[in-house]
Amino acid sequence: MTESGTDRSAAGRPDGSPARERLLPRDSEEFSGDFSGQPRSATRLTVVNLAFFWSFGIIGGFYVLLILGMLLADGAYMTAQTLPAADGGERSWFGILSEGPIGRALADRRIRYSIRLSMISCTLSAVLSVLVAVPLGYLLARHRFPGRRLVDAILDIPIVLPPLVIGLSLLILFQYPPFSRLAPLIVYQVPAVVLAQFAVACAFAVRTMKSTFDQIDPRCEQVAISLGCSRVQAFGHVVLPEARRGVLTALTLAWARSLGEFGPLLIFAGATRMKTEVLSTTVFLEMNVGNIDMAVAVSLIMVAAAIVVLMLTRLWGAPVS
Amino acid sequence: MILVDRMALHSDSFRLENISLTVPTGQYGMLMGRTGCGKTTILESIIGLRRIRSGRILLCGRDVTRLNPAARGVGYVPQDGALFAGMSVRDHLAFALVIRSVSRRQISRRVDELAELLGISGLLDRTPTGLSGGERQRVALGRALSFRPQVLCLDEPLSALDAQTRGQMCDLLKSVTRQSGVTTLHVTHNPEEAGILGDCHLRMTDGTVHVMSEYDQPVLRDQEG
Repeated sequence: MTESGTDRSAAGRPDGSPARERLLPRDSEEFSGDFSGQPRSATRLTVVNLAFFWSFGIIGGFYVLLILGMLLADGAYMTAQTLPAADGGERSWFGILSEGPIGRALADRRIRYSIRLSMISCTLSAVLSVLVAVPLGYLLARHRFPGRRLVDAILDIPIVLPPLVIGLSLLILFQYPPFSRLAPLIVYQVPAVVLAQFAVACAFAVRTMKSTFDQIDPRCEQVAISLGCSRVQAFGHVVLPEARRGVLTALTLAWARSLGEFGPLLIFAGATRMKTEVLSTTVFLEMNVGNIDMAVAVSLIMVAAAIVVLMLTRLWGAPVS
Repeated sequence: MILVDRMALHSDSFRLENISLTVPTGQYGMLMGRTGCGKTTILESIIGLRRIRSGRILLCGRDVTRLNPAARGVGYVPQDGALFAGMSVRDHLAFALVIRSVSRRQISRRVDELAELLGISGLLDRTPTGLSGGERQRVALGRALSFRPQVLCLDEPLSALDAQTRGQMCDLLKSVTRQSGVTTLHVTHNPEEAGILGDCHLRMTDGTVHVMSEYDQPVLRDQEG
């Protein structure tokens, strides 16, 4: 059987090379191309397809559950810490909350300062990041200039570099002129917080803006130019409105990165209470002195702030229709 | 008049050498050829979106070879319309005039005039989302004609439309271009379109543009239709 099949195919091809023969199925008799006599089993297909979706779903589900589990654990821990305070007698919910760790954290002057500094510095660094990311992302997406690939690679450095190294590098940079002249105003001062956050967050914003501009069809811009627009007008009237959602995503991402920034801050801005302390530093400082419930309370405040910012930008970025 | 004189152009994927073509003033030029032969590239270099290596491009007697596309005054209708997201149809028709700082009264008069001409008066406050293929192309055509260009470039404007809409658009293109007296270059691979619309027929084969006489038309239609 096998031989006859192979022979026939080899005879059918003048150049029937051995390599060609090996590609043919060994045990089939017919090579005429009619495969309708061998239907695929529908049950088998259904089982295989179900297995495919279930296995993908289970693998993906693990990660989603991990995220939810972490947040729920924080919440459960906080509830367990808050409720015993209420045992004493009948008090209002407000009373219970204000005596729990979150209430105590919010009442602490130093933590209030750290919340305020976090919100202000994150917003500043996010806005700065977008201001830099829009032109940079646009140039990288639209123009072929010498050294473009190099610039592209340099922009990955803050993403792949350990954050601590970025903080240290900033500190060393400010040893040299002309930066050293500004060092007394920046290093270990509040501006260092924003600069350290910006140094990392901006790289993420640039990536987001570049992929946004990559996805926008250059045709609309070309039409605008043919209609008489200068480059600036075409960008302002046509490209930027289309990139609106990308700008909001970049803003959110940069804000969230800034909120989570810790390593560079510790090195470049220090962790002085009431001065350069932001929320992530607070968590670290409270953990260091064994104040776990305070650390968890501040973490939950950060979670709440992140959720609020995420929802705000989602609402803002909703498509207009 | 559109005149391309011994133009050479190199891009990443291919090169065009020694391309010459002419569309007389007020005529409707049809540029045909197979997909990927460089028709669109020729159109883009006339509009000014591509830099050419050598040769000259003259529009209505003016040498525009090194001129900024924004200063050439060429109306451009790309394949899919490329409408501006989030802008109303009215904004599209007014766009080129707003850029030119035309008075608001004149803009509104021109927009109404165009909308009536193209049969899109009912759509003026709509945004591109939800417009049909034919409506999109009408808006794109109106936008390109709004500033009364002397030259109009169309890049396969009818290829994404169904047969009936394509017929209506053909009639519209014919009447609108006649009425405005604009010199038109229309790129297509559809010989039927070319037969209906074209005053002068150009064909790209093997990297050169051939002028076809009236006599060639039926033969071409038999081959491809």
